[in-house]
Amino acid sequence: MSAPLPTEANRPAPFLRKGGGRDATALPVTAALPDWVWGVLLVLPALAMVALFFLYPLGLSAVSAFQGRDGGWTLANIAKAFELYSLDMAFTLAIVLLSSALVAVLSVAIGGYLTLGENRLAVTMLRWLYRWPLFIPFIVAAQMMRSFLAKNGLMNNLLIGGGIIEPLQAASLLDWRGVVVTFVWKQTPFVALMVAGAMASLDRSTIEAARDLGAGRLRILAEIVVPQVRPTLVVGLILSFVTMLSVMSVPMMINPNSPTMITVDMAYRINAHGDYGVANALGFVSYAMAGLVGWVYLRHGVRQGGAR
Amino acid sequence: MITTLAPARALAWIPRGLALGLLAFVIFGPLTNLGLWAVAEKWYFPHTLPLQYGFSFWERVFAPRSNAMASLATSVTIALLTVAACLAVSVPAGYALARLRLPWRGAILLAFLLPQAFPSVAVYINVARIFYTLGLNGTVAGVVLVHTVHGLVFSVWITAAAFAAVDRSLEEAARDMGAGPLRTFFGITLPLAAPGVMASSIFVFLESLDEFTGTYFVGVPDISTLPLLMFNAGMGGNFQIAAITALILLVPSVGFMLVIERFLKADVLAKVGH
Repeated sequence: MSAPLPTEANRPAPFLRKGGGRDATALPVTAALPDWVWGVLLVLPALAMVALFFLYPLGLSAVSAFQGRDGGWTLANIAKAFELYSLDMAFTLAIVLLSSALVAVLSVAIGGYLTLGENRLAVTMLRWLYRWPLFIPFIVAAQMMRSFLAKNGLMNNLLIGGGIIEPLQAASLLDWRGVVVTFVWKQTPFVALMVAGAMASLDRSTIEAARDLGAGRLRILAEIVVPQVRPTLVVGLILSFVTMLSVMSVPMMINPNSPTMITVDMAYRINAHGDYGVANALGFVSYAMAGLVGWVYLRHGVRQGGAR
Repeated sequence: MITTLAPARALAWIPRGLALGLLAFVIFGPLTNLGLWAVAEKWYFPHTLPLQYGFSFWERVFAPRSNAMASLATSVTIALLTVAACLAVSVPAGYALARLRLPWRGAILLAFLLPQAFPSVAVYINVARIFYTLGLNGTVAGVVLVHTVHGLVFSVWITAAAFAAVDRSLEEAARDMGAGPLRTFFGITLPLAAPGVMASSIFVFLESLDEFTGTYFVGVPDISTLPLLMFNAGMGGNFQIAAITALILLVPSVGFMLVIERFLKADVLAKVGH
């Protein structure tokens, strides 16, 4: 959104336009209607879809969070949600923040090695390796981890077989750890892909200059590369933060027992009690969490924009 | 010089090899586990590997009238309809965003990101509530609508980028030779942007195929897609059926991953979201 848009206005006038009578900013579509009217008409169906099937239910959910069964305004839903699920809210936030932090570190490491790695074979191998989870659906990842991380899963079996742990030490990781592992496993390639792409399009001259001055690769990564790709990294992290807040299958399959994530609680309120009030109150809490992150990003972006 | 460097180079492969090996284990370990479950007839603690291999569960999954085949057909139908719905609204929208002067262009682009930028469970709960009054709950149409809104960010953003990457002078040349705007669009712009449009369709198709949460709330009780079938099998402790279903879901995902770079060129990728 920051790049200058190739609009009619800032485009140089074409030299070879026939019919010199038409002015240089003539419309590609037709002259009968102003350009922007056509634009709005063409965008309208897509926007209507978003408005009808996303914005309207979103608004309904926010409103329902503050409505009682009789339709009057109340804070009872929110109060009940906090009373029953405040532990789960903290649990959700902790899991998502921890997973985001791990994703950030791993994706910078992967992107950094892809950009600065000197051994071409290792770079090629890493490039081939890291992307696999990207297109593996969350639900498949959840099922995979459910069998892999279980007490009798392949991971423990191999650790026992390799003599690394005793059979009695084998423990199931199917609790918060399993959820974090699955989230990091699934989201790291996504952020790493974005970050590596941004790193690849950097101007290499500053990197080469720092290298000529004798800076180590870690220092180049931390002081030159990461600051320049920070906007991409932050956008990737925010998108995966929200994704992790939205994914219901992973906590449902890996960590269904309390404490669990609020997505599971929402489904439970609906399926077991038909309790839209508390479910929407929990939804409101999840919007608040996402909104908080968005707010931090906007503040960050404004400060950066101001510095530029 | 060379003689002293060579061992140092070889030594550098020790940490490198360890790191790559660990990564390979982390990535392929769970996949291997899934693969083993798909061909395991008998496997219980404390055996490291299955006791007996076989394909009897595959026969059950691929039986012509099995639940899995019905779910696969439903999933593919929904995904194709979702692609059609997304293209129908996002080709015009993408063209307008790429070529026409639009008021609040940045805000319009952002609007398509919104369905991905909000935690979606509560939204789906309320979509289900609205659809219930409209009779759309448990119908293919209802699920397609939910998937379409979710996929719009891919189709609109990538389509807009694909149109923006088309060289404008070619369109102008066609116009100068007397082609009308529609002819220029269908003869020049759309064919040149086709790889990007194709890439966006692939993303939408995969999103729809793999979508779970929306289908879970809106599709009940009549629509069973592959992800729902897999979820029920996995939660029911039938790991073989779950693993085989998961593998069926993986085939298109991994296949498309291998070809996506052919469709999504760097010049288009650089314009996504701009």
